[in-house]
Amino acid sequence: MFHSEGLMSHSKMTIGQKLLHLHWLFVVLLVLTACIGFAMLYSAAGGSYDPWASRQMVRFGIGLIGMIVVALTDIRLWLRYAYAFYFIMLIMLVAVEVAGFVGMGAQRWISFGIFNVQPSEFMKAALVVALARYFHGGSIEDIGRPTYLLPPILMVAAPAILILRQPDLGTTLMIGLASLAMFFAAGVRMWKFVTLGIIGVISAPVAWFTLLREYQKQRILTFINPETDTLGSGYHIIQSKIALGSGGMFGKGFMQGTQSHLNFLPEKQTDFIFTMLAEELGLVGGLTLIALYTLLLVYGLAISLSSRNHFGRLVGIGVTITFFLYIFINIAMVMGLIPVVGVPLPLVSYGGTAMLTILFGFGLLLCVHIHRDQTIGRRDSGDEM
Amino acid sequence: MLGAGQGILMSALVGRMYYLQVIESERYMTLADENRINFRLLPPPRGPIVDRQGRAMADNQQNYRVVIIPEQAGDVERTLNLLSLIVPLSAGERRRIRREVKRKRAFVPITVRENLDWSDVARIEVNTPDLPGVLIDVGQSRHYTFGSDTAHVLGYVAAVSEKELTGDPLLELPGFRIGKAGVERVYDLALRGAGGSSQVEVNALGRVIRELDRQEGQPGAEVRLTIDLELQRFITERLGDQSSSAVVVDVHTGEVLSLVSTPSFDPNAFNTGLSQAEWESLVSNPKAPLTNKAIAGQYAPGSTFKMAVALAALEKGVVTKDTKFHCNGKLELGNSTFHCWKHGGHGTVDMQAALEQSCDVYFYEVAKRTGIERIAAMAERLGLGSPLGLDLPGEKSGLVPSNEWKQAAIGSSWQLGETLIAGIGQGYILTTPLQLAIMTARLANGGKAVTPRLTRDQVTPLGVSPFPKKEDDKIGLVPEHLKQVLAGMYRVVNAPTGTAFRYRIHNNEQTMAGKTGTVQVKRITKAEREVGITKNKDRPWKDRDHALFVGYAPFENPRFAVSVVVEHGGGGSSTAAPIARDILQEVQRLFPLNPNAQDQEA
Repeated sequence: MFHSEGLMSHSKMTIGQKLLHLHWLFVVLLVLTACIGFAMLYSAAGGSYDPWASRQMVRFGIGLIGMIVVALTDIRLWLRYAYAFYFIMLIMLVAVEVAGFVGMGAQRWISFGIFNVQPSEFMKAALVVALARYFHGGSIEDIGRPTYLLPPILMVAAPAILILRQPDLGTTLMIGLASLAMFFAAGVRMWKFVTLGIIGVISAPVAWFTLLREYQKQRILTFINPETDTLGSGYHIIQSKIALGSGGMFGKGFMQGTQSHLNFLPEKQTDFIFTMLAEELGLVGGLTLIALYTLLLVYGLAISLSSRNHFGRLVGIGVTITFFLYIFINIAMVMGLIPVVGVPLPLVSYGGTAMLTILFGFGLLLCVHIHRDQTIGRRDSGDEM
Repeated sequence: MLGAGQGILMSALVGRMYYLQVIESERYMTLADENRINFRLLPPPRGPIVDRQGRAMADNQQNYRVVIIPEQAGDVERTLNLLSLIVPLSAGERRRIRREVKRKRAFVPITVRENLDWSDVARIEVNTPDLPGVLIDVGQSRHYTFGSDTAHVLGYVAAVSEKELTGDPLLELPGFRIGKAGVERVYDLALRGAGGSSQVEVNALGRVIRELDRQEGQPGAEVRLTIDLELQRFITERLGDQSSSAVVVDVHTGEVLSLVSTPSFDPNAFNTGLSQAEWESLVSNPKAPLTNKAIAGQYAPGSTFKMAVALAALEKGVVTKDTKFHCNGKLELGNSTFHCWKHGGHGTVDMQAALEQSCDVYFYEVAKRTGIERIAAMAERLGLGSPLGLDLPGEKSGLVPSNEWKQAAIGSSWQLGETLIAGIGQGYILTTPLQLAIMTARLANGGKAVTPRLTRDQVTPLGVSPFPKKEDDKIGLVPEHLKQVLAGMYRVVNAPTGTAFRYRIHNNEQTMAGKTGTVQVKRITKAEREVGITKNKDRPWKDRDHALFVGYAPFENPRFAVSVVVEHGGGGSSTAAPIARDILQEVQRLFPLNPNAQDQEA
């Protein structure tokens, strides 16, 4: 096997050298964002670390270590075990279908005794890695062939349908959109997306009557006109908009949010935490968080594009896009731009699985960054070291 | 490309945020405040009503009720079981409580029982540790110290009906009571006061978190009446359960010292709500306990009207004090015969004697000569025929007939015979006991046009202020004429042949003067005469005559005027006069004349 100088140096990097190459600025931004989350959770509990902020800190700490561990692994390891990872997650999704228990009106969790796992969250990461591996092995000509696109479409469709059945519209949407972005990054032509879009428009009525559950339809309907149902589904959106709007330029002050603290705002510690932040810290606070996110996204894309191997580039883009979708869907939702779909605000919302997924994804991203100069052959599945 | 897409979408988020938080901010701030701030009205305590001596007639009493808060009770059924050992709860009550528990939020207190007596309150308080979520709540309810004795004056309060809503948010408070009758109604606004408000912050469930602002209201004003509670209660007792009424006024000021109508009702019951049966029995009672007969009962004045006829005749000059007529028991006019009440007649009588013995024939003659128009004019000057403006709702105007009135109301012209009938206070003419008392006061005070009033001070919604001092107009009586009439009234009671001689007051300083009146409700038919039923006690109650008496005392230096009407009471001299005597004696006992005041009043 032929190796370049650069590759030689990278594959021979010690743990210490790798730590030096870690994108520390990115890690700092990450920690800053998470700290905003801790502050908001502290406020949400009425000025107490209990029950949310303290646990979130512990989770973040564990996740952060996990992220660095992932970052320090050899990237070819992920290439090699990409499909295995994917299939394990797929099996767990099936397990949820069979044995999962119902939480919050949806069957999403699988219990492992002391902790519950939401396989659909981890599937996001697994799918990114699996798709990256698949496209890593294809040439430009391959990508032009429709038959070549069939396997990855199936790879996306299988978990998407399972997750939609749970039912979890938000995650399905994210998986779908993130996959589309990866297809695009892999070089699939624009006209194919347009064709897909047309098919989608045509099949939408079919989906409406067959796939969507009553409550999902209701959410879409109330989104279109929330005022018709002020005490039911529309209540969330209206109260969230009131909270946001009443925050104004500088907000009502930390721990002074009336909408949040008097419980007008639903799920203030999870999906609607951005609303609470904007209510208490105003436009200034909201924009600060968005700016932090934007910086993370910019660095994420920069890392992806700087990768000299196709796998790393695709994994980076997949992770970044997923991260972006979390942010966009959540914030757009709480501001009443899109229907209420249960998507948390990454790094800020209270919740373990999403936090772990995101930090795992960032671990991969940082791993891509460390191994940015490593080239991996198209046929190289990472089997040989 | 992907980066650009993300950039555009992120910008969209920022734009949306700017729109919500800056452009639309004010609107959402208002909405957020509407969400969290609840205005609660604080009902003001209703003003007390006191008598002329400051004794409480109507006040607010603590009303204890036991409430249960389901959230704190935990097992509501178990708590109710324990509670019913102290306060037995019927199945219906438990059903209502269960329904409310289901409907209301868990922290909202639910009334289990109202109007608890003190021993129940104490027993619940002692057992509080075993009764989780059970609380004693104190509210205020209107209480009338002497219940039915003052009911027709004070009226009562009750819950606001839909029609009475004026937009004042106080009226929409659950449990708020407003005056529905009597003084409570007339001075409702002054008694009500102004509501305070409390701004509380509530959470999404409506639970109160804290009070943000509190504005105390204005308690209702105290209204002091001219009524003397002791006299009022004395008269109520004296009248008993007869269908009757009595009014006592101060002859110089028109202040109403007592205004009694019997039978009465318990106004306290109206506050808590009457049962259908109680209401039915009040409404169907032939003695009309709900009607204030003192101001809304309209009766022909009978012989008590003869003073007005005498004054009109003297003023017109058709008779002098010495003019005499012969009474042989009846007077023929055309085809009709007009009887005197005394079979066989009074013989020859002058004006004083005619008043003293209440000779009808004399007044037929006098009325015939005077004419209805002059009689009506005099009646109106004495306060009859129109409402006197007493500050109570439902005052009736009575009726002083005239040719003009008869043309308009009946459509035929006045007959001379009707003038004769009017001359003895019968026929169309109607008066209220209040008007009779005021008429008597105007005679006794030398012709001052006093008007009745119930409050010591002027009460307006803005507050209480003293009445402006004003001298009552004279009604233009010639003193010499008045002297003759008053002398006649003196002889009614104090001359051995007077119709009320038996009921004179022996104390020389308290001498009573007055006039009896007996009003036929139903003519004694020929058939009845034939079988010898001429006595009232032989006839059904409904057909018996009304007994009237008007009087004043002391004769030399008049201070108090009284009118008494006993429906179907029989004769004015036998039934009404002794009551009036007792009342005038009592009022003079309660308000002894001190020598200094005597000089002023003389």
